[in-house]
Amino acid sequence: MNALSSIIKNPLLKPAFIALWLAFLLLPFRGVKAASVLFITLTIAIPAFKFLSGHLSSLVKQIHSSVERVRHYLPSDSRFLFLLLLPAAAIPLVAQGYIVDVTILSGIYIILALGLNVVVGFTGLLNLGFVAYYAIGAYSFALLNTKLGMGFWSAMPASVLITVIAGFLFAVPAVRLRGDYLALVTLGFGEIVHITLNNWDSLTKGPNGISGIAPPHILSFGLTSLNSFYYLVMFFVVIAIIVMRRIHASKIGRAWIALREDEIATSAMGINRTMYKLYSVAFGAFWAGLAGCLFASKMRFISPESFTFMESVLILCMVIVGGLGSIAGVIIGAVILVFLPEVLREVQLYRMLALGAGLVVLMIFRPQGLFGGKNVSIGS
Amino acid sequence: MYPLEVKALSKHFGGIRAIEEISFHTKDRTILSIIGPNGAGKTTLFNCLTGFMKPTRGSIIFSERDISGLSADKINRMGIARTFQNIRLFRDMTVLENVLVAQHTKIRSGLFSAITQLPLFKREERTIREKAYEYLELLGLETHVDKVSGSMPYGEQRKLEIARALATGASLLLFDEPTAGMNPQETSEMMRIIMNLRELGKTIILIEHDMRFVMGISDRIIVLDHGVKIAEGSPEEIKTNPMVIEAYLGKETH
Repeated sequence: MNALSSIIKNPLLKPAFIALWLAFLLLPFRGVKAASVLFITLTIAIPAFKFLSGHLSSLVKQIHSSVERVRHYLPSDSRFLFLLLLPAAAIPLVAQGYIVDVTILSGIYIILALGLNVVVGFTGLLNLGFVAYYAIGAYSFALLNTKLGMGFWSAMPASVLITVIAGFLFAVPAVRLRGDYLALVTLGFGEIVHITLNNWDSLTKGPNGISGIAPPHILSFGLTSLNSFYYLVMFFVVIAIIVMRRIHASKIGRAWIALREDEIATSAMGINRTMYKLYSVAFGAFWAGLAGCLFASKMRFISPESFTFMESVLILCMVIVGGLGSIAGVIIGAVILVFLPEVLREVQLYRMLALGAGLVVLMIFRPQGLFGGKNVSIGS
Repeated sequence: MYPLEVKALSKHFGGIRAIEEISFHTKDRTILSIIGPNGAGKTTLFNCLTGFMKPTRGSIIFSERDISGLSADKINRMGIARTFQNIRLFRDMTVLENVLVAQHTKIRSGLFSAITQLPLFKREERTIREKAYEYLELLGLETHVDKVSGSMPYGEQRKLEIARALATGASLLLFDEPTAGMNPQETSEMMRIIMNLRELGKTIILIEHDMRFVMGISDRIIVLDHGVKIAEGSPEEIKTNPMVIEAYLGKETH
């Protein structure tokens, strides 16, 4: 591994490595010829671009410093939130249904990613099965709604509570583990939930899913239209952001970050680390459960297909792209990762490829994420 | 009544007896130093006292309670704080944030008051900030408040660790090699700081290798060798104790 990482870090070999990797990706689509052309072009072009023009490094520095400036500005100034809110509130008035639809989806993912950010970004517990909480929230909501006829405002708190309890019960044995081991156990938990939903026919109707979920109501006014649902989701997004920021600046947030930085020192400060890890997982599960309810009532139909491992990875990507631990960064990461595949629909076959390549390039040049201050690491 | 009384404390790792039947006690507002060659069991003793290791046998009486085997966070909440030989700061946090984390247990308001920003929450946050500045001033770190703690020079990091231990509100402070890697000027400053803490009413136990420092600062000294207490006394007594000289320099051969 050391030999490999020294190759990757070597400034001369790094471009060749990137070129080789991208060419390798292109190989199955366009054949050997196109791949080798791409490889040769990139191997020459990247170093040429880097070494011949000394401007590039200063440009990169400039980008970095301007990102830093924005980053410092973002979390400290709540007025920024409202500046963002105004255009967001106007979207349904100016845009067509499709864009509103995608924005609703990104709102749900913002809530999910903010929840995962508490666990991974603040507390430093890698979770590869976060979709489990999302699924439990969505299924609890769907079942309470369709079987017991509970409305949105009673089924939602109940399902969120169920999700928090599930998160808590799962976390009790899991928080004893660290780093890679914890990641594996959370991965397993995600799979268990997925497989259970897929096979518990009598309760979840298996792969057929649950349909006929009622839309939410406010008093007797049904939020059936896309636009009214949009404002409902935005309401919860704003709540999530405000709560996150306040928790982050409280003793609870500080204890979580302390756990990420140094567990031993944290317990030397009189902080019960097991309890705060449980807190963190349960708090993250809360938001995943809420997002699950919103998803279920938006789609009116859910099936296990929506809660696969890939979904966990996607949410984790949002957190990492935006920057671990940064609330503003995570929001931007979620928006990017929901909108980018939609924008890239033009290029059809290549869109996931381009997305993947973009992620890798980001990790090479800005490993702390767009707005993060902390490197990605699964080590304990 | 002593603040801390250790009775026949042992810690074994399999067949290795890291510390064996150690007994001692501290007096209020004194500095007790623990010295001894490498591998004598000094840090193991600290780990047992602060709950990071469970002693095999023996008891640790702190404020009239046996605390042996309690968890580290519980022991801290009872009033014992420590620093670490290999500095353990929250490196990505600022100096101020480090001291804020240390005052965690001073805050009563929880999740709900943080979300609703109740007056209690704001008042407590303000109080611990003011307190943090006091602790940092005491250690001469007031000009570093907003620095990222991991980026500070070594000596400053050691001081911050002491500020953080102090900020937990502990009455008994355990410092593991507080002057390691410091130059003579920094060492004498550290000496002044620790003596000042004693004046402020703290009881201090420290592990140290710098003999001039130990002899200059200690009220009492305990000498460990191979996990056993071989001597205890005032600095003058320790300097002339033949057992101690033998442990450090080896036996004379004839």
